[in-house]
Amino acid sequence: MNFEHSDDRRMLADTLVRALRDGYPIETRNAGAYGEAGYDPAVWAQLNELGIVSALFDEAAGGFGGSGFDIMVVFEALGRALVVEPFLGALMAGRALAAGGGHDAALAGIVSGETIAAFAHEDGATPVTATPSGDGWTLSGSKAVVQQAGAASLLVVTVEQDRDPLVLLIDATSPGVSVRSYNTVEGGAAGDVSFDGVRVAADARIGSEGQGQAVVDAAVGAGLLALSAEAVGAMDFVKEATLGYLRDRKQFGVPIGKFQALQHRMATVLLEIEQAQSAVINAATAFDGDDVTARNRALAAAKYTIGRTGALVAEESIQLHGGIGMTWEYAVSHYAKRLVMIDHQLGDEDHHLQRYIELAKAA
Amino acid sequence: MDLSFTPEEESFRDEVRAFFRDKLPTRLSTLVREGKRLRKADMEDWHAILNERGWLANHWPEKWGGPGWSVIQRFIFDNESALAHAPRVVPFGVNMLGPVLIKYGSEEQKQTWLPRILDGSDWWCQGYSEPGAGSDLAGLKTTAVRQTREGGDVYVVNGQKTWTTLGQHADMIFCLVRTDPAAKKQEGISFLLIDMKSPGIEVRPITLIDGEQEVNEVFFTDVEVPVANLVGEENQGWTYAKYLLTYERTNIAGVGFSIASFERLKEVAQSQRKNGRALADDPLFAARMARVEIDLANMQTTNLRVLAAVAGGGAPGAESSMLKIKGTEIRQEITALTRRAYGSYAAPYIPEALEAGWNGEDVGPEDAAMAAPSYFNNRKLSIFGGSNEIQKNIISKAILGL
Repeated sequence: MNFEHSDDRRMLADTLVRALRDGYPIETRNAGAYGEAGYDPAVWAQLNELGIVSALFDEAAGGFGGSGFDIMVVFEALGRALVVEPFLGALMAGRALAAGGGHDAALAGIVSGETIAAFAHEDGATPVTATPSGDGWTLSGSKAVVQQAGAASLLVVTVEQDRDPLVLLIDATSPGVSVRSYNTVEGGAAGDVSFDGVRVAADARIGSEGQGQAVVDAAVGAGLLALSAEAVGAMDFVKEATLGYLRDRKQFGVPIGKFQALQHRMATVLLEIEQAQSAVINAATAFDGDDVTARNRALAAAKYTIGRTGALVAEESIQLHGGIGMTWEYAVSHYAKRLVMIDHQLGDEDHHLQRYIELAKAA
Repeated sequence: MDLSFTPEEESFRDEVRAFFRDKLPTRLSTLVREGKRLRKADMEDWHAILNERGWLANHWPEKWGGPGWSVIQRFIFDNESALAHAPRVVPFGVNMLGPVLIKYGSEEQKQTWLPRILDGSDWWCQGYSEPGAGSDLAGLKTTAVRQTREGGDVYVVNGQKTWTTLGQHADMIFCLVRTDPAAKKQEGISFLLIDMKSPGIEVRPITLIDGEQEVNEVFFTDVEVPVANLVGEENQGWTYAKYLLTYERTNIAGVGFSIASFERLKEVAQSQRKNGRALADDPLFAARMARVEIDLANMQTTNLRVLAAVAGGGAPGAESSMLKIKGTEIRQEITALTRRAYGSYAAPYIPEALEAGWNGEDVGPEDAAMAAPSYFNNRKLSIFGGSNEIQKNIISKAILGL
């Protein structure tokens, strides 16, 4: 048993944390996050010089990492700095391509950070359908709240089918594809993607017949681990900020951290963050394991845990700060929004609790 | 990062499992699994079996009869012990007094008392809490006044201790007593070893919420204690008391107990029915079970992280407060779910069903009679060993720096 990261991974984490601390202050982040694009292309390019995306993929996919623990340390660092640049899309779309095989050029573009990709999974009001036509398909329908859809030049689109989902790689500029972009509450951008008779060739398929669910699981599993780790990184920042405030802020002539009512709330926050960290470690461990059910259970447990704990940390940190925690100017308010809204991505705590229960029956 | 046990730890676990399989009498594991009463002789039998293997005082140094285990090995042992439904080691001599004597006792005290803890000659109990000194333990009022006698000086002890667990079985009690009433409250306390057969000691049982007699009041009226029974220095007892309270905390989260009781809960939830299906398939009950199961899986890793962080195999400090709070919340939730799982049949009060060898007819499902008493009994978890609120105070001070 060993809870230390390997030297390489620790160096990656340290480099990333330091670069983001020095080069990604909250003002920079917010300028991109609440700007029209929901991120800053120049910052994205700078961050990519650190090789962040490459760390999320193994050598076969053109990267230098790719394990569950690589995803964990990278996204914890991104969460700690509240990064909004489109790394999650790169991870999920890239993992889908890597799992399915083929599409080497597209994958290389994603792994190098040159191509922005989005994973379009949740169906909108009209679910996406694929009607066979020629040797390919014609796509109609819409996908909902696709992260960074507006910035993406490549879309990985899932299509629910009777037996196995169809997963397609689609050029975002294809005729019939349109994106309605918007900012999100916590900063960043997403979009609803509509497909209006989009012609898709047979070679757009990711993975062969019958492999669709495995491709989706690869992408969604990596996404769940990434979001869970991101949340823990954000929680750590909020914990430090709140502790600092409890020590500095005086009322009734003493630091408010001297009041037991606040101390006990903070102790609970600490406990639950430690438990969330453990949940992510469990998920990262199972992520690389051979037992698919155990992997999916650990991922569901982690996403459930960070959903519940994220809201707790957000609400408690605002309460412990008082009014200042509600101001736009103060970083904690943006972290609190992220910690709450992360529960709205890839299934909330109830969804994952349900999934955890169902997977137990399958086990 | 690697959460799996090393091959050495794996083989250690196999060795421990084999020991429980071969040496733990079914009679005892059945009592524990079914939540029945353990008699003094049952606990003594188990101590003797462990002691024969050299595993009774598993955190003592080898010099004094310990096996020289690492914190991870102790964690593995404690877990396997719970999973095998072994009786718990009665902690007062082995886990509490032993380490204090080893660190602060005189050579003669160690030679006298440590072997007697191991071979079961002395059953120890703990004289800490008083009616007026619970969480504010340093406020204790039991006095010890040094007086000259012909056979040698003695301390004359007067006062009252309470919540003395299993004191009805005890041969000896280790006590915190006030030896300097003028000093600041932490500075006038001494640590005394007192023979329970001394004239002037009276033990009165306290019946608890579940109808059981687990704890006692102990009254001291002019009890004479040889000065040789003072541990360490006079008026330094608070230091020893604190050491005792933080010493044996590798198992404070009780992960093994929780895993074992959760497994039992799963069986109950499969056999009990609600709305025409297994209770385990009731969405609301299943959700509560899944929540605590996830909390427990997280706790297991948190516990190992804390142990791994303990450099050089010492005792964890304030982190053990985190384990205590969360670990006891999980254990209490499992007992609450088990009580709920039996529905109406949690209600019948059948105290004789708790007795070993009771052959009466079950009222309702087997073991249902134990569920509510066990739930009520386990409310103690968040109160004893420093209440969970006191643990939060410790976290605030020692970890959060508030």
